[in-house]
Amino acid sequence: MKPPVFEYHAPASVGEAISLLGSLAEAKVLAGGQSLVPLLNFRLARPAHLVDINRLAELTKIYERDGGVAVGAVVRQAEAEVDPLLRERCPLLPLALRLVAHPVIRNRGTVCGSLAHADPASELCAALLVLDGRVTARSQRGERVIAAADFFRGTMDSVLEPDELLTEAWFPATAGPVAIAEEARRHGDFALAGAARAGDRLALFGVATRPLLADPADPTRGLEPSSEPECSPDFRLHLVKVLVERVMQA
Amino acid sequence: MIVNGIERPEASDPRRLLSDYLRHDLGLTGTHVGCEHGVCGCCTILFDGRPVRSCLLLAVQARGHELATVEGLAQPEAPMHPVQQAFKECHGLQCGFCTPGFLMATVAFLREFPDPSDAEIADAIAGNLCRCTGYANIRRSVRRAAELSRQA
Amino acid sequence: MTTRLFGERVQRLEDERLLRGQGRYTDDLGNGALECAFVRSPFAHARIHSINATAARALPGVVAVYTAADVPFGDLDLPLLIPHPQLTHPRTQKCLASSIVRYAGEAVAFVVAESRYLAEDAADLVEVEYEPLPAVVTPERSAKAENLVHADVPANSAADVTQAVGDVDSALARASHRLRRRLRLERSAAQPLEARAVWARWDAVEGRLTVYDSTQSPTSIRGGLAVLFGLPETSVEVIAPDVGGGFGPKIMLFNPDELLVPYAAMKLGRPVKWTEDRREHFTAVTHERAQVHEVDFGFDDGGKLLALDVDFIHDAGAYTPYGLILPIITAAQLPGPYRVPNYRVRFRDLYTNCTPTSPYRGAGRPHGCFVIERVMDAIAAELGLDRAEVRRRNLLQPGDFPYSVGTMWQDGGMAVYDSGDYPELLRLALERLGPKPEGDNIGLGLAMYVEGTGVGPYEGAHVQVLVSGKVVASTGIPTQGQGHATVFAQVVADELGVSVEDVTVTSGDTRRFPWGVGTFASRGAVMSGNAMANAARAVAEKAKRVAAEHLEADAADLELAGGEVRVKGSPGRSLPLAVVSILSNPLRYAFGGGDEIATQFQPRPRPGPPLAEGEEPGLEATGYYSPSPGSTWAGGCHAAYLRVDPKTYRLEFLKYVVAHDCGRVINPMILEGQIQGGVAQGIAGSFYERLLYDEEGQLRNASFMEFLMPYATEIPDVEMVHLETPSPLNPLGIKGAGEAGTIPVAAMLASAIEDALGVRIDEMPLNPNRLFELTR
Repeated sequence: MKPPVFEYHAPASVGEAISLLGSLAEAKVLAGGQSLVPLLNFRLARPAHLVDINRLAELTKIYERDGGVAVGAVVRQAEAEVDPLLRERCPLLPLALRLVAHPVIRNRGTVCGSLAHADPASELCAALLVLDGRVTARSQRGERVIAAADFFRGTMDSVLEPDELLTEAWFPATAGPVAIAEEARRHGDFALAGAARAGDRLALFGVATRPLLADPADPTRGLEPSSEPECSPDFRLHLVKVLVERVMQA
Repeated sequence: MIVNGIERPEASDPRRLLSDYLRHDLGLTGTHVGCEHGVCGCCTILFDGRPVRSCLLLAVQARGHELATVEGLAQPEAPMHPVQQAFKECHGLQCGFCTPGFLMATVAFLREFPDPSDAEIADAIAGNLCRCTGYANIRRSVRRAAELSRQA
Repeated sequence: MTTRLFGERVQRLEDERLLRGQGRYTDDLGNGALECAFVRSPFAHARIHSINATAARALPGVVAVYTAADVPFGDLDLPLLIPHPQLTHPRTQKCLASSIVRYAGEAVAFVVAESRYLAEDAADLVEVEYEPLPAVVTPERSAKAENLVHADVPANSAADVTQAVGDVDSALARASHRLRRRLRLERSAAQPLEARAVWARWDAVEGRLTVYDSTQSPTSIRGGLAVLFGLPETSVEVIAPDVGGGFGPKIMLFNPDELLVPYAAMKLGRPVKWTEDRREHFTAVTHERAQVHEVDFGFDDGGKLLALDVDFIHDAGAYTPYGLILPIITAAQLPGPYRVPNYRVRFRDLYTNCTPTSPYRGAGRPHGCFVIERVMDAIAAELGLDRAEVRRRNLLQPGDFPYSVGTMWQDGGMAVYDSGDYPELLRLALERLGPKPEGDNIGLGLAMYVEGTGVGPYEGAHVQVLVSGKVVASTGIPTQGQGHATVFAQVVADELGVSVEDVTVTSGDTRRFPWGVGTFASRGAVMSGNAMANAARAVAEKAKRVAAEHLEADAADLELAGGEVRVKGSPGRSLPLAVVSILSNPLRYAFGGGDEIATQFQPRPRPGPPLAEGEEPGLEATGYYSPSPGSTWAGGCHAAYLRVDPKTYRLEFLKYVVAHDCGRVINPMILEGQIQGGVAQGIAGSFYERLLYDEEGQLRNASFMEFLMPYATEIPDVEMVHLETPSPLNPLGIKGAGEAGTIPVAAMLASAIEDALGVRIDEMPLNPNRLFELTR
């Protein structure tokens, strides 16, 4: 389980990073690496180039803007989890972060990396969606802001283009009640099902190919979860009801 | 890069995992490799003071950073680190393969939580697998390590 | 003898080294060796049409690529470890498959390169042309024999064995109550955190092969390699250094790497190392557990079991390197601690296109325990009786020993329980468990078990007092975390009257002790423990003989204590063991103070040769322990309260108690560690872990992300009560304990979940989804 051969790039600026992404074929962005490196080790991913953005100091900030909080692409999950600004303005995010894997993984994993990875069971993707947040993508072609509702396309698939770098995520401040709950087999595993709430907005995760907004009064309407060996569609739907009840009571 | 306080040459092969670099290039074989996909925690080291999986880092990424491995917890002739001592007292290890990972996770945890609750302890070590002990004595070891560290 | 260390909670002597990161696991060694990777079959069943390694061989950094055609033992079947007359159709795999593969993960080619990275690159370049064949995946499908795993094995059956005690048919017919159950257990895997590894080097000048192997039996590997390569045994050294967990599958099966790595080292003249990665460990290393049992049983109005008829199929996987041991163990001890007057058991050992099986902690015992304990709970439910009471009425009594079950045991003899007190174990467990907590969805789980431990044929040990007075001891069996360096030191220190820190134990190194069997079947403490005691006792006797001359005392009046040999009752008359060690060698050259006392010119000259008739120089001895056929039988009771969350179907352990009897306990701390770890593995295999094969024979969850080994958050603290009924079969009175924690967990959880949810449990493992389905 050793990574295949690739060419490694450690750009010193965002400009250099997007120029690399614009010019190299089959390049992947390496952020926290907590999802990408296992894929490399299993040789399930075989990028020709890795563009390591971990040295981009400009992407390490958490700051207030436009009535919300922006989180740079190299902000570690563990940093965001204890960030006072996020705790005050976007308390759902720290709650969601506490459910992401284990503390040691969060020390290296990044908030934006999880969003870009677009795992259907990701707590952070659901949080972005339920909060109606946005991500900023930059490429040599320019910068675009993508709303959460438009960002996730399918299983580990987003609208991010290969030459784009997700430079930051923006989460609007919330005032009302927030809650997130999930059911996983073991502590820290990806969720069999999960529900995130911000005010009257509800998002589900782990139950479809991407996070979904749902009606708190009828959260399973239209859901057709896939069948997995240890999680039948019926059980998933059951868990959704249990979890939605839990988050709506919060 | 600095490993256990010593300046070390940086890695040249970009695909070399940090775990392999530490073990086979620097000879620091106390860091173990149990899964190479970030789940078991045997390869946990401190990266700028924070525990991380060394099997999920490329060695080239360590350039300019400060690393600590189990070998750095106590000098060979010096008494063991309180966390090591606690694991011995509480029989917190059997085969010893997962142990360095638990030690490194615990060392960092107790810096942040010097007087942890049982739930905090379980959460802190819940990213490390042990196949021998059934965890009870590891939980005791962490509790004891907190005591010893406070006394130290 | 004194007993001051035997029975004490002595802290482990091996720990400090391991805690400082100074452990020596196989992959920690051999820096600079060539590294290897396998090409493994992606298909569960396929014909191989061609293998083309040209591109792989051409890759820079690749030193060799071996296929079956390239090695002299390419056509050789790997050994059948334990043949059995009733194993009518044994099959073992080739080192490298060349014509047909029978499980996904079977080795096809072996790459040796300058690094593992390059070896994996090259393995990707080996082109193998496969023609897929139909795969036989579950034991049920195998029994139908629509497709064959081995064309020349009819009905996929390696063996079909029936044993009977009493007259089951008429007892069943007469019984006032009769029930049937179909009880199913799935495949699982041991998954030690260190996967396997082998490092070999060849000294061409001395003609010496040295192999480091993360094996549970270096002595057997040594013997096999000597034969395979035509080397004198004395020129082959096999060392199991620190081993990161074993639990069964690191036994001496002769995995392909154990042939290929030494072969490559000899052929290439360079050290060669192979370190298995987790992905290949999942399919290349043996599994266990899949069995399906049809159970028919009759009992009376009082809940007494009158007749038990069990017909089960065992999923052997693609080959039977370990013979019939697993189903034999299930069949032999299925009746557990209960008197079953009429018992018939038939098993068929069936081939499937899955990874072969071999013992994994519990080794057939969890299955037998699951069956009999489900039977006990079924009787209680049927008659409306208390579950503990039904057990009480069926338990063997303390006066019943020795008790022959009437079935054949794994050592070739009969299963005969040597000792125990099962009613007391049940009482102790329930007493410690206390009353059931208030609340809904809380279940009481109860399961009793026996464990045949300490099987022969033998182990040996060597003990030597060095001229420093320190003691070194060695035994052939290696350690994978069981604390051998401590418990054997306790045994030796007691015999020699030294402190435990003065005893250094080496295990699993044929350079130090070339004879022995291995670490498995809960046999280490019984076999090597008694061998250590025998060797140390012989050393003590010799020390007395040597010292007697110099102390002018009768050897019978001497004792060993405080690091000295002394005249009982005369505190001043003593010699330090260090001096006795020097004296034991007629050519006494030593640095330090010892030689002044020990010089041959000091004592009055003794008549006769310097080395007395029949005496050997040095304060050392070798001892063996070899029991008559028959095992020491440990036993116990697991009892727990657990709550099943009615919404999420998670388990919450409120209390978990183990009452346990493994005879005399050498070190309670280590014993409790074994039990807690065993319980964790039992819980893991009952509610989290399983091996998910699809219909094509692909293992779908071959990673720690999907094979759900529990973390600290999933495993409760276990409370333990020890009962000591010494085994009459060995001088130390000990029984094995390695598997006790695991055996009854599945049975106990089934009992508890059934009680909590009111649904019948006939299968393991379970998971929340399954409990949700069962409660619909």
